[in-house]
Amino acid sequence: MDNALAFGAASGQAARVDAVFLLILVIGVFFFFLTQGMLIYFAVKYRRRLPGRDNETPAITGSRLLEFLWILIPSIVVVVIFYYGWRVYSDQRVPAAGATEVYVNGRQWMYEVKYPDGRTAINEIRVPAGKPVKFLLSASDVLHGFYLPDFRVKMDMIPGRVTVLWVQPDRPGSYQIYCTVYCGTGHSNMLARLIVMPPREYAEWVEHGGRGGGEKGEHEPLAARGERILSSAGCLNCHAVDGKEKIGPNLRGLYGSKVPLEGGKSVTADEEYLRESIVDPGAKVVKGYPKVMPTYSASMPPDDVRATVEYLKTLK
Amino acid sequence: MPGDERPEAGGNGRGYLGERGWRSWAFTLDHKRIGAMYLWTTTVFFLVGGVFALLLRLELLSPQARYFSNHTYNIFFTLHGAMMIFLFIIPAIPSGLGNFFIPLHIGARDVAFPRLNLASYWVFAAGFLVIIGSLVAPMDTGWTFYTPYSAKSAAAVTTLSLGIFLIGMSSILTGLNFIVTIHKLRAPGMTWHRLPLFIWGMYATSIIQVIATPVVGVTFLLLAAERVFGVGFFDPAKGGDPVLFQHFFWFYSHPVVYVMILPAMGIVSEVIPVFSRKPIFGYNAIAYSSLAIAFIGFLVWGHHMFTSAMSPLANAIFSFLTFFVAVPTAVKVFNWIATLYRGSITFESPMLYALTFIFLFIVGGLTGPFLGALATNVQLHDTYFVVAHFHYTMMGGTVMGFFAGLHYWFPKMTGRMLNERAARIAWALIFVGFNVTFFTMFVVGTRGMPRRYAEYLPKFQVENVISTIGSAVLAAGILVMCWNFLQGLRKGDPAPANPWRALSLEWRTASPPDTENFHEVPVVTDWPYGYGTPKA
Repeated sequence: MDNALAFGAASGQAARVDAVFLLILVIGVFFFFLTQGMLIYFAVKYRRRLPGRDNETPAITGSRLLEFLWILIPSIVVVVIFYYGWRVYSDQRVPAAGATEVYVNGRQWMYEVKYPDGRTAINEIRVPAGKPVKFLLSASDVLHGFYLPDFRVKMDMIPGRVTVLWVQPDRPGSYQIYCTVYCGTGHSNMLARLIVMPPREYAEWVEHGGRGGGEKGEHEPLAARGERILSSAGCLNCHAVDGKEKIGPNLRGLYGSKVPLEGGKSVTADEEYLRESIVDPGAKVVKGYPKVMPTYSASMPPDDVRATVEYLKTLK
Repeated sequence: MPGDERPEAGGNGRGYLGERGWRSWAFTLDHKRIGAMYLWTTTVFFLVGGVFALLLRLELLSPQARYFSNHTYNIFFTLHGAMMIFLFIIPAIPSGLGNFFIPLHIGARDVAFPRLNLASYWVFAAGFLVIIGSLVAPMDTGWTFYTPYSAKSAAAVTTLSLGIFLIGMSSILTGLNFIVTIHKLRAPGMTWHRLPLFIWGMYATSIIQVIATPVVGVTFLLLAAERVFGVGFFDPAKGGDPVLFQHFFWFYSHPVVYVMILPAMGIVSEVIPVFSRKPIFGYNAIAYSSLAIAFIGFLVWGHHMFTSAMSPLANAIFSFLTFFVAVPTAVKVFNWIATLYRGSITFESPMLYALTFIFLFIVGGLTGPFLGALATNVQLHDTYFVVAHFHYTMMGGTVMGFFAGLHYWFPKMTGRMLNERAARIAWALIFVGFNVTFFTMFVVGTRGMPRRYAEYLPKFQVENVISTIGSAVLAAGILVMCWNFLQGLRKGDPAPANPWRALSLEWRTASPPDTENFHEVPVVTDWPYGYGTPKA
């Protein structure tokens, strides 16, 4: 659920973070008006009254009592804020029993999702509502971030380590995921969604769908399925289908065209070339583009590759 | 010590600026000239870094990339950050104004090691030349250089880090020089508790520079070793740890934010009493809180890494310590405000900027606890909330303090007065523009917009457009201010020795001071804040 307002917590945990936020906000607003009020009041009240002649000013050099008070009071206030923030955070970090586990791997510039039963997906995580979810986060190239603003949590994804983030999604809905650790050119396109489904729908989806392409029916035309895969697999983060250049080559009009390659050769973009470029993109790199596209051989089943190629052929 | 004492007669009326020709600058041993060279250099980089910021804001007018590619945007924010941090905000006040005014404040003829001082400028110059050289393959890693991205990037990361290594070396030399100067060259009678508070701020700053900067130097050497020789310090594939880099980096880069802010706090502590005609309130509290901030500042670097998979216990300890930096900072703010009480306040441009410092720094300070508290940090880290927070402290704080210092000491440094009307117009534009630009970032950050995004979701557009409009107003203000400086330099009215009727020693020299500062080394009998009528 995209919340237009900052407050609109997606879980009880998030609501507790909001309570910490509110507490600090109230304290902050109080001290804001106290200090700025004094600053402005003094500046106006004690301005020089007569041009060119100073007011009589007393040579006050300090006050031990005041110094003591304004060391003591802020110290107490910050300890209270620290304690509250720490408690809420500690609760967040303890995984609940019986959590749904989802593996998420960050790579430039997509999220590879893997469920324990072997299902995979790109940039889309589906979980049932009402059950805790444990994300097991990793990265294969550089640092990435996994930020769920509606749940008020984030965790870095670090190559060579598995980090853990735990949420309890209470309400069904579709929630934004952002990469928050700068990871290169496509950083701001590295987005995904957490789809929290009512438990019954989720069970149905596990039963019937859950392949890379999504949960729609089996008898869909290949090209239509390919179009859905193209957006759900993260292809559009780097490739445009409207004739523009993004990080990778444009896809419109690609099929049947002559493609210049790094190293001087060229190739005609036929079905085999398109398939190879999805599962082994390093084999033939288009001239003038960085060799950064990851392989989809593991994450995209052959059926889906076929559907995608079929869709690419319709982009004339 | 009355404020209108007769200044020492100036030589030819142009003081230390008398000698002409490039050699007289390039080989000068005069701390004032070296300070002036730093000020010119850093101000140029401030303007260049500002242009990058404006380009970023321009691009963020629309959610999709419109004017340049994502890659170009990433280069621009990297250059904006790296230039502002390493070439402007770290050296500007310490090496620029500090160089100029530390000897004048303590009644010395120069710093302890004038040749080292000149060397530190030229090492700095070598550093920025190398950094400019790195632009052949401009870096896009962000100013934080996080590995493994920086270790893998094809850009000139090694060159840039070498440049920053040199800048760091210059920073160490300057810090060392200042520590010795403050210890050994104080005029007779200038006891520690008669030092201007600017000196206390600079002293704390110098300690941080000397202790922390070597760490970042070594870190960049390790990064270079990883890139050039393939040694796996940070690469997990070779047994390294990317998070280790973050520890090293922030072990320097957190204390260094106090290198940025403490000198500015020193300037504010000078300006407020002069324009209130009141002694500074709580001298000892302000002086020792600088040292406290410098000390605690070394123990809080982990608060940049609460989501970097440190243990919850380590996070809790870092969070706890972080909150205790807030206390000495709050103490300073309270003391400044108390100084205004029953004063005779006038609002010349230095005072306007000093009051603006306090105003904006309070906002920056009060938004700190959101980021220090663990629960809300995990929500707000790496969003625009953080961008807003550190711009309020660094630009609203340090840069406003720097502007206060420039306006306050302009007559002393140049021998000319500024046009006060133009200065006020510039101030008004800067104040409004700043708040419009950066306050909206608190809102958009709380709503979840991550930082370092070349493209963003359309739901964040309204805030971004407002912020860009604010940045244009802010830029206009800074242009007016620069124009006013240049006008003042060329044809400002001649400045008297002590236009603000201040009591610290620099105002007892001519405007501009002679090369040797004081014809006779002054004997100090009182602190520099003896304003107001003592109780009978």
